[in-house]
Amino acid sequence: MQTGWSNETLREIFPAIWDGFLVVLQVTLVAGIIAVVLGLLVAVGERNGPVWLRRPLGAVFQFIRNTPLLVQVLIVWTATSLYINPDWSAFAVGSTVLGLHYASYTSESYRAGIDAIPKGQWEAATALNLPGHRVWGAIVLPQMFRRSAAAVGNWIIAMFKEVPTLFIIGVMEMIAEARAFQGQHYTGAVEGYTLAGLLFLAASYPVAVAMRRLENRLAKSNY
Amino acid sequence: MQSQTTEPIIEFDRVDKSFGDLLVLDELSFRVDPGERVTLIGPSGSGKTTILRLLMTLEKVTPKADPEREGGVVWLEGKPYSHMEKKGALVPANEKWLRQRRSRVGMVFQQFNLFPNMNVLRNVTEAQVHVAGRGKEEAEAKARDLLELVGLAEKTGEYPSHLSGGQQQRVAIARALAMDPDVLLLDEVTSALDPELVADVLAVLRDVADTTSITMLCVTHEMGFARDVSDRVMMFDGGRIVEQGAPDAMFSEPQEARTQDFLRAVLAE
Repeated sequence: MQTGWSNETLREIFPAIWDGFLVVLQVTLVAGIIAVVLGLLVAVGERNGPVWLRRPLGAVFQFIRNTPLLVQVLIVWTATSLYINPDWSAFAVGSTVLGLHYASYTSESYRAGIDAIPKGQWEAATALNLPGHRVWGAIVLPQMFRRSAAAVGNWIIAMFKEVPTLFIIGVMEMIAEARAFQGQHYTGAVEGYTLAGLLFLAASYPVAVAMRRLENRLAKSNY
Repeated sequence: MQSQTTEPIIEFDRVDKSFGDLLVLDELSFRVDPGERVTLIGPSGSGKTTILRLLMTLEKVTPKADPEREGGVVWLEGKPYSHMEKKGALVPANEKWLRQRRSRVGMVFQQFNLFPNMNVLRNVTEAQVHVAGRGKEEAEAKARDLLELVGLAEKTGEYPSHLSGGQQQRVAIARALAMDPDVLLLDEVTSALDPELVADVLAVLRDVADTTSITMLCVTHEMGFARDVSDRVMMFDGGRIVEQGAPDAMFSEPQEARTQDFLRAVLAE
């Protein structure tokens, strides 16, 4: 059994890790859409939804925010495969749970963006008798997006880095690929994990820089 | 002044308004005639701004058990406004009723409250298009006329953050007037402005008062403006009317000690 670093092993494991990286990107895309869209619906619903819905909605997402992602992934995966449908893929279930988990964070960032809009603007909208869909669509949401874009972007980067959690239910992302390779060849753990880390860095660093630039640009804008 | 012959455009009938334990308006009754200019004066906390906010439906009156007998209702243009008729009885108005009625009223705020994500032109056209149902061209033409009136014809493409407070407030006046309200509410519209910017805003409002027949209710500490523009001055304290009358009489010979003290304090500033 080989213990040291081997460039040979690195070359052999690269295709598997690269496949895992593509899976990470796919999970990020699906979970990211859920987090961005559902988070917005939750933030708007908590502010503007039917009164009977606001508290339960807040409570559910408070609960999601305050329990570990790993636990949620395991509970939902076990529950769906035992009681709902054993054919649902780990990819689908894992992406959904990850997106839901991060929706609980993005909704808070959206909410902060909504709360930052001065009360006077809501009152001016009432004074002009603007219908609700214009108040939200033309006044509140455009300002909210500017205020919360950077924060939501940072949540998506954080979410991207948590995709490996899903290896526990068998989503074949990079860590799962590295472990599978090691299981077959009795080598490649160090190379595989290092490669995974480097790929995460290579993907998230430029995005983080872009988010910072976006943040600076929005701070200098008209509103 | 009030007359018994014309139907009032606004009537407060024994209106109560409290915030928690704090009673802000106490059985308040008064009427305003169409086209009348009324200035509300009084110490802060006397309920003046609450009156305007009730008229803009930003607050609700404190409901009474039997509005037919006990009042507690605001009337606008001869119809209930804070309330609505349901099976022959007056019940607190719902949002649908308010949506139908509140377009008759416009308001200009102390803090301007322009929409910062819209340029000047869109601030003035937004409600015209989406509330009054006017076409884009008609709304823009009207907006340009009004911006001309307030002296900001060249600023149509600017965003509010690039305007001075006085300019923002003049846009806010144009925005309110664009909806052709019958009643214009002015809530301390110069209080947040630097002194050198106050004159321009007041000049615009004098112009509006001179050239339209719009009913105006004005909360202000600008006594010179109140004297020139208003038909009637109402002095408030503790949620009640202390004294009211024509501005000349009110300012030169106030009858009540509280009015005298208040005017002395304000005019000494």
